[in-house]
Amino acid sequence: MARKKTIKTKILSNKQVAKDHFVIELESAYLAKNSSPGQFVSVKVQEKGTDPLLRIPLGIHVIKNKSIKLLYKVVGDGTAILSSRKKKETLNILGPLGNGFDLEKFRKEGYKKAVIVAGGHGIAPLYALTEELLSRGKQVEVFFGTCTGEHVLCVKELRAKGVKVRVATEDGTCGCEGYVTDPLREALEKNKIKADGAMIFACGPRPMLAAVSKDAERFGIPAQVSLDAYIACGVGACLGCAVRTKSGYKMACKDGPVFDAQEIDWKTEKRQ
Amino acid sequence: MDLKVKIGKTIFKNPVWVASGTFGYGEEFEGLVDLREVGAILTKTVTLHEREGNPPPRIVETPSGLLNSIGLENKGIDYFKKEKYPFLKKIGTRVIVSIAGENKKEFTACAEKLSGKDEPDAIEINLSCPNVTHSGTKYSLMAQDPKTTESIIKSVRKKTKSTLIAKLTPNVTDITEIARAAEAAGADAVSLVNTYMGMMVDAEKMEPVLGNVVGGLSGPAIKPMALKAVRDVYGNVNIPIVGIGGIMTGTDVAEFMLAGASAVQVGTANLADPAAYNRILREFKEYLDRQGILKAKNLTGKLRKR
Repeated sequence: MARKKTIKTKILSNKQVAKDHFVIELESAYLAKNSSPGQFVSVKVQEKGTDPLLRIPLGIHVIKNKSIKLLYKVVGDGTAILSSRKKKETLNILGPLGNGFDLEKFRKEGYKKAVIVAGGHGIAPLYALTEELLSRGKQVEVFFGTCTGEHVLCVKELRAKGVKVRVATEDGTCGCEGYVTDPLREALEKNKIKADGAMIFACGPRPMLAAVSKDAERFGIPAQVSLDAYIACGVGACLGCAVRTKSGYKMACKDGPVFDAQEIDWKTEKRQ
Repeated sequence: MDLKVKIGKTIFKNPVWVASGTFGYGEEFEGLVDLREVGAILTKTVTLHEREGNPPPRIVETPSGLLNSIGLENKGIDYFKKEKYPFLKKIGTRVIVSIAGENKKEFTACAEKLSGKDEPDAIEINLSCPNVTHSGTKYSLMAQDPKTTESIIKSVRKKTKSTLIAKLTPNVTDITEIARAAEAAGADAVSLVNTYMGMMVDAEKMEPVLGNVVGGLSGPAIKPMALKAVRDVYGNVNIPIVGIGGIMTGTDVAEFMLAGASAVQVGTANLADPAAYNRILREFKEYLDRQGILKAKNLTGKLRKR
């Protein structure tokens, strides 16, 4: 695995892509070369000051030749400051961190298709994964869910790549009304996903991941999930980002953020 | 410029150390920090038996602070000696092993297991973790009780030749009383302070944020209180003080030394910026340069009277 570093990157762009959501592009040949889908970086949103104190962990959204992109939702002070950062400014990044999606397992065990299940900005790392899988000539189908039409992310871009995307919104303003797990369950019940020799990759809120994991188990489909957690150091030192697994606590930053869905003890985890 | 400081019988190449629980076992920071430069590496606290730690969420940010309830997760001292200690010994810098236990017997057994040929340069006795339960005292923390503090240190002292540092809690009425008890029991130094107990509430969910409900507050938010604790104890004990609490810059290091610390530990800064250590040490040297101070140890307690 590539060595993690603190890197002063240049901001190439920082644009709003949907209500409350932004994509920032950072120049770094090192991160572009050494990152894989599912890995994350942690961002120091301002050079000086102690509030916010910690870095923000963000999943790598796009991996280009000499730059990476991060997709983020403005949810608090840190992400608000990040959204105000301008092109050409420098941004201090620690990365690449964590373990990405296990594509070796996907390849070795002969899976033909990836079923992507994204909740809101959980699409961020899954988009990088989709691009990687498409470049390897694999089939990808995406289920995207969010609360409302204004928050729909990446759907146009994915469809432009020829990817079939099913959208669900909680208020029904885009796609079908309900949770992303509804159209997914429908596809599982029709036995479509199993027949296609697919593996599920999911990222989003914990209750969504718990539901996806339960359905995946019920229909005998393997699933990898990327967990969002409070992450402090990002390097496995503070043991703050503990995730309850069936074999005890594991750290989201070092052992994850991607885990085998059946490894997680959802009974205790989904409350978060 | 002479940065050397002496604590107990041990000479440290500089007074800027890294605090227990914020620097793993050193290896996590390889490549991010020049580990050979670090004055001393304090390990994550080790206990006699494996500890699972507290339920998540274990960590949450507060204004200029960090609230944690890790709960001393570790795989036990035998695992530490076999899997983590060799790397630390190889770095070539001072290694201070932080130990804790649920009672005197466990503290003593830890010290005993560390004694012998590969004895650490120093042992920090963590009498003040706010996130674990104890027996043998009516207080929730060992270091809230001068008698328990004294009896644990005395017992550990008998089992090890290592320099002994007692890490105390600020969650007391009079920290000087506890520091005096540590000195009387044979501690070579006291480190001040561990975290301040606190909690965070999620009003929307109407529940506490931390899985353990309460935790310990660290970071710049506690610096003024930690400085006061150091100043209060300085002059009331004859053993050196190691200052801890929200150190983010080289100037912060100087502030703690002026207040009476002979050395300091950088804690939360390592989590906010894993590469912080080398910058802080450089800034501290720049401070000494700027002030024309040739020996770092001469800074201790040099706070001017008002």
